[in-house]
Amino acid sequence: MKSAKELPKELPQKWPMGKATRDAYGEALLALGHEDARIVAVDADLSKSTKSNLFAKTYPDRFFNCGIAEANMVSVAAGLASCGKIPFASSFASFLLCKSFDQLRMSVANPNLNVKVVGSHSGISLGEDGASQQSVEDLALACALPKFTVISPSDEVSCKALVHLAAKHIGPVYIRTCRPKTPKLYSDQETFQIGVAKKLIEGSDVTLIATGLMVYNALLASEILKEGGISAAVIDIHTLKPIDETAIISAAVATGAIVTIEEHLLLGGLGSRVAHILSQHKPTPMVSVGINDTYAESGSAEELFEKYGLTPEHIVLAANQVLKHKI
Amino acid sequence: MIAEANSGHPGGSLSATDIITALYFNILRHRPSDPEWEDRDRFILSKGHAAPALYSALARTGYFPVSQLATLRKLGSPLQGHPEKGKLAGAEASTGSLGQGVSIGAGIALASRLDHKDYRAYVLMGDGESNEGQVWEAALFAAHYKIDHLTVILDRNRQQLDGWTEEILNTDSLAEKWRAFQWHVIEIDGHNMEAILNAFHEAQSVLEKPTIIIAHTTKGKGVSFMENNLEFHGMAPNKEQTILALQELSA
Repeated sequence: MKSAKELPKELPQKWPMGKATRDAYGEALLALGHEDARIVAVDADLSKSTKSNLFAKTYPDRFFNCGIAEANMVSVAAGLASCGKIPFASSFASFLLCKSFDQLRMSVANPNLNVKVVGSHSGISLGEDGASQQSVEDLALACALPKFTVISPSDEVSCKALVHLAAKHIGPVYIRTCRPKTPKLYSDQETFQIGVAKKLIEGSDVTLIATGLMVYNALLASEILKEGGISAAVIDIHTLKPIDETAIISAAVATGAIVTIEEHLLLGGLGSRVAHILSQHKPTPMVSVGINDTYAESGSAEELFEKYGLTPEHIVLAANQVLKHKI
Repeated sequence: MIAEANSGHPGGSLSATDIITALYFNILRHRPSDPEWEDRDRFILSKGHAAPALYSALARTGYFPVSQLATLRKLGSPLQGHPEKGKLAGAEASTGSLGQGVSIGAGIALASRLDHKDYRAYVLMGDGESNEGQVWEAALFAAHYKIDHLTVILDRNRQQLDGWTEEILNTDSLAEKWRAFQWHVIEIDGHNMEAILNAFHEAQSVLEKPTIIIAHTTKGKGVSFMENNLEFHGMAPNKEQTILALQELSA
């Protein structure tokens, strides 16, 4: 049995295995605690998993474990934010967005409070724990909240940088982190801006637009496509809201074919957002790779990516399909 | 105000009016001319449907002109059907989806403690509202963290939209329930001003425990045909009823 914590096994040298984005979050939160006394953290009895425990150990007076009560946790965070604190509320993405959606809506989003919500164990890559813990709808839900900024980092470097930027941003932010260790896609010196996508690979035939852990799979797909003589650009959409419309439209203009890839339901996530933009500004053939209107199940991350259609090979198939429709 | 808007919740506004009046005119440390004063006490109307009672208190203490009350529920007015923080100076939270106020108040009181301040959070909730699970999550939380700068007032008017609270979902033995959650519990007649003020003063003296004041009230208080009349939970009075109600209230 392959471990969910090691995906995939053979890594090209240019993308060495790095930390899980949840570990990067924990370290960034700890650093923020040192930099800014307004930073406080709340968790719902999952701090060892979300990695907010690093902050809790160093700043116990500024950490409040709310127990297994996500709704209360989010509204407590709202109260703290209304008095000038910068609360980071962590739990599994599925519980945060689904159990406390109304609290995110009325306690946080409606009054535009400065609460940072961090959902770990997102997507299906958490693996064996199964569908109740897997979050396949969090991006759709978070994007549906007015005033919210929605961030989905692809590796430890971008995650750390974006957590710092989220803390400085005034307003509610949702950040999606993942359980397994993931390849490092950026150098430590790379700089980021909320809402500005990163082009990782240039290409002329098709653009692979991905978010979260799927950025790495898109990079692998791009390598496979290159062997077949297809030049595929790769864009990392680390911010789903506000989304980088310019980067998406430019990619459509430059390559004339788009594939979106996300570890999320097809409806309401990255693919839906990209289709919405292109249909209005630059109608372009596109194919979306994601989870098709279903919950997943227990298994290793690799097995689940295979069964639910998220491997580099699936992305290659999608690219070949969209190229047939390219005008 | 509600008649002018032709919709709203007169019953639950009137049951809470004495409590809100006591808070705004006697208990809260606030500055209507400086609503964002950082050391102010915060009042959260968790039962957001009693917005008219809150808006009246805010207007009468000088947050905005009394004449603006006539814009309740009208397009463009800061006086939304349920209070919204950010739209109205003095609204400390966006409520109306029941169950969230006690948690928000707990967060406010924690911030006060973290900053070594003395401001307090007061939260007014309904008895029907105690059907919401989040209320009990917050009850556990505030007791666990010994949040003594949090005072909740429960407007025990015994009615909710669909009927009597004991018929819809039995909420009896509320005092015992909150005591079991390790709160300091005070029970009063919620229309006796002296009892209301005494209860707030007692709450201020309690250390290491949050306080809940269970205020026994009458829905539609002060208007004979509205008192304990389920019809006026969420219905505006007509013209004749409004004239009669205002006469009775000013008598």
